[in-house]
Amino acid sequence: MASTTSPAGFNETPLVAQARKGDLSAFTQLVEKYEGKIFRLARHITNSQEDAEDILQETFLKAYEHLGEFQGNSKFYTWIVRIAVNESLMKLRKRKSDRTVSLDEQIDTGEDVIAREIAVWEDNPEDQYSQTELREILDEAVKSLPPIFRSVFVLRDIEELSSEETAEILGLTVPAVKSRLLRARLKLREKLTRYFKRKGDDIFDYL
Amino acid sequence: MITCKRFLEELEAYLDEQTTPELRTQLEHHLSECPNCWVITDTTKKTIKVYRGMDPYPIPCELHNKLLVALTRVARSRNPAVGEELETHRP
Repeated sequence: MASTTSPAGFNETPLVAQARKGDLSAFTQLVEKYEGKIFRLARHITNSQEDAEDILQETFLKAYEHLGEFQGNSKFYTWIVRIAVNESLMKLRKRKSDRTVSLDEQIDTGEDVIAREIAVWEDNPEDQYSQTELREILDEAVKSLPPIFRSVFVLRDIEELSSEETAEILGLTVPAVKSRLLRARLKLREKLTRYFKRKGDDIFDYL
Repeated sequence: MITCKRFLEELEAYLDEQTTPELRTQLEHHLSECPNCWVITDTTKKTIKVYRGMDPYPIPCELHNKLLVALTRVARSRNPAVGEELETHRP
């Protein structure tokens, strides 16, 4: 099995190996490490607390039951993210039973890239808000993105997976991931400007 | 000569540091001369930074416990001796 060291340097390979033998307390340690991230991912993709609670449970139950199928050639975390994303997309499809949520939808490649709001931000804009306020502002902005942008942004910039991993999980090409990511980042940037722009200032005063 | 449109097309590669050194120099030259592209680049970098700095959601204790109970049930259905020692509370 390939080594699955997480970015924090925590080597989870022995834990995964023990869990594969059915060791529940080893699996519980993996749950405790990743449940917050999986819950956040599911909340962002579905925009629903209730759905996210179901998805959290389903994801770890499925992971535990199918751990024998985990090959260890990807990171354990990427593997459970894939399960959580599939569960989340399934929820979205069920909710919109009249129309399929497609991640392959053609997107406009023209004018939406051109930013309309140009204002300088504070140096550390997040410092102006409490953790709770900041979370609400950031969540609200992500919520406003169409699903095709949202999933890519959540995997790349919140869960910090690579473009290649994101492409594989969502069944997209790497260039499609990159172009969606840029649009998502620019849309969010625009949404957040009203909260983060330097007070009493605009670009022309600044320069 | 890089136009604003060309700059925005390359912004993704620039932010993820995946341009050639030559292109990077050209893009940075454009940034030094174009206030609008500078602001877009700076605020997009800050957007990424602020999201990456967020901690995962705290999981409600009940939800965590519910998950452990469900996992224990599955584990016991395979092997009745499994999970007896498992606490359903966080350490």
